[in-house]
Amino acid sequence: MSAVVLRGFGWRHAGRRQWAVRGVDLRIEAGERVLLLGPSGAGKSTLLAALAGLLPEDSGEQEGTVEIDGLDPRKARERVGIVFQDPETQLVMARSGDDVAFGLENRGVPAEEIWPRVDEALRRVGFPYHRDRPTAALSGGEQQRLALAGALALRPGLLLLDEPTANLDPAGAALIRRAVADALDADTTLILVEHRVTEALPLVDRVVVLEPGGGVRVDGPPEAVFAAHGDALAAAGVWVPGRGLPPRHATAPPGEALLTADRLGLPPRLAHTDLQVRAGEAVAVLGPNGAGKSTLALLLGGLLRPGTGAVIAADALAGRDARTPPHRWRAPALARRIGSVFQDPEHQFVTGTVREELALGPRRTGQDETAVRATVDRLLDRLGLARLAGANPYTLSGGEARRLSVATALATAPRLLICDEPTFGQDRRTWRELVDLFAELRDAGHGLVAVTHDPDFVAALADRTLTLERADRVRTPDSEERP
Amino acid sequence: MISVQPVARPGAPLARRNPVAKLAAALVFSFVLIATLDPVAPAIAIAVELAVLPLFGVRYGVLARRAWPLLASAGGILVSLVLFAADRSGPVLVEAGPVVVTQGVLVTALGLVLRMLAVALPGIVVFATTDATDLADALIQNAKAPARFAIGALAAFRLVPLLEQEWRMISMARRARGVDAGRNPVVRLRLFVSTAFALLVGAIRRGTRLAVAMDARGFDAGTPRTVARRQRFTRADGLLVAGAAALAGAALTVSVVLGTFRPLIG
Repeated sequence: MSAVVLRGFGWRHAGRRQWAVRGVDLRIEAGERVLLLGPSGAGKSTLLAALAGLLPEDSGEQEGTVEIDGLDPRKARERVGIVFQDPETQLVMARSGDDVAFGLENRGVPAEEIWPRVDEALRRVGFPYHRDRPTAALSGGEQQRLALAGALALRPGLLLLDEPTANLDPAGAALIRRAVADALDADTTLILVEHRVTEALPLVDRVVVLEPGGGVRVDGPPEAVFAAHGDALAAAGVWVPGRGLPPRHATAPPGEALLTADRLGLPPRLAHTDLQVRAGEAVAVLGPNGAGKSTLALLLGGLLRPGTGAVIAADALAGRDARTPPHRWRAPALARRIGSVFQDPEHQFVTGTVREELALGPRRTGQDETAVRATVDRLLDRLGLARLAGANPYTLSGGEARRLSVATALATAPRLLICDEPTFGQDRRTWRELVDLFAELRDAGHGLVAVTHDPDFVAALADRTLTLERADRVRTPDSEERP
Repeated sequence: MISVQPVARPGAPLARRNPVAKLAAALVFSFVLIATLDPVAPAIAIAVELAVLPLFGVRYGVLARRAWPLLASAGGILVSLVLFAADRSGPVLVEAGPVVVTQGVLVTALGLVLRMLAVALPGIVVFATTDATDLADALIQNAKAPARFAIGALAAFRLVPLLEQEWRMISMARRARGVDAGRNPVVRLRLFVSTAFALLVGAIRRGTRLAVAMDARGFDAGTPRTVARRQRFTRADGLLVAGAAALAGAALTVSVVLGTFRPLIG
């Protein structure tokens, strides 16, 4: 029931040269449901933070005005609720009910009203447990539902959702979308930021696309927006429904075996799994959160010691070292043979600039300086990072950081590449670049294993899939050709 | 792995007491014991502590498991003091080559170790019987601690187990990049420092995100907070604190009467 008016709004974070968002003119009426789109770096999250009143005046420079029901958002905070991407950093309390009560306590809601409102909010989001359930015992999807309940308990007139399903598996994401659809009052205004447009469309009646340079690019009902501007938006990096990308399956049959997992497991995180990765093929590892996919990636990457079974490297991958298991290789030898790309790119950054970051691996594996420079320049160019060569890796946007983390793994030219959620949270353009890059590598005879929740990625690239079940349920790893 | 979950039977008569009362009782009890250097007062205190343990619903086996690092270090301190302390007064008890154990050294060492145990045990019992949320609630409601501090600390505490996980991820990510220390201690130290730095950067970012999420739910609103979970400080809680003070006083009195009392100062 809250209305939003932005007039020429812009925000520049203190210490930055670029405006995070600029020149936005927008009027959102009470009760409207808006999907806010735009490629990486268009300022969607900054705009939501401004609407939530979470940009203190001294933290940057503002242009134009932003109003919620005619008020400065910093003074209209009790009208706005927001749910962020990462469940881990928005739950405050150890017990589920206490967490929902937290916001009510802060707002000074009388004690006798708190628990009825907590129970009501939990019921509306379909929270399946008693309110004493420890928050640490919840799955990611359940934690996000709890965060949603925490926002709804405050009865906001405007609900802001900043990629609330980005960290979730498809089942968890569907739960959140259902909870949003069921729990919203008819007159609650909704602004949703979400990369997965197709899934989000049933929740909204209006689409607003931000232009990275500033301003609103397109605004209107979803069908009209995508009919008139679909191609241009897709080219700019927006995920437009119904515009799939050409698949890039292997054109040649796979070559020799590189790495074999033989009854590999690490109880209780991963039960027995068999897998063989061959040169020139892309294997996608699927399964729900908690099935041990990331653990499998770490085991295959020679980063964890197997609990049961073994990881066996073929001569083609490791030469004379093939008799030792990968987790006992020295790090430079490992980096030359198996590259690992982690879910969170920032875990992998070691140095102060993008250029140094790319040079690190080749230097550690003993390349001379001329070769290092050539490798670095080629990768900077190939992954569109050349203009960022001097930037600190920690200041990159999500898409840039992901491209850099893939590039660092490629810098040592490993035969086998293992990626954990490589396309997670990427706009369509970065996504496409990654798929093209992986396809090229595969066709050049590299092996690729990708842990992923992304059905489009599987459809576009995977030659084979392995589906893991949760270790606490019955599991039958399947291995079929061509999904 | 640091365990912070309460292990007591929640229905035990003293475990149910107000967390602030339990904390105050533990502090009073420990504080009085710090005043003396003799072994008698702490020995009595330990006996008292062990005697009231069932009232807190803590089983002896559970306590031993929780306190084993403390017991191990107490043993270590005892041995090293007996062997190496400068004070060699009193009659010689054991003489084996270079090892000379005198009565004076044994009494001093025992006093120190018993004191350490007597002071630490109440704290262990309090945290073994108290839920962190209840403690924060009671600190705010009964001890007038600022909510911003108590709830903030509680929320930050919840992120601590993540740090361990994060450390492992950063270390593995570095190995994947071709960075390892091998056997060289200097390289090993440098790698440790740089991993710690990466961990710190991540922790600050995560803390900032949590703080923003808390403020988004009105934590910084400035409106007087209400409380969803009421913590009461009753007469029974007052009695617990008074009882702790009386027992500590009694332990000191016995030590004075027996003539073993040696004040810390003077």
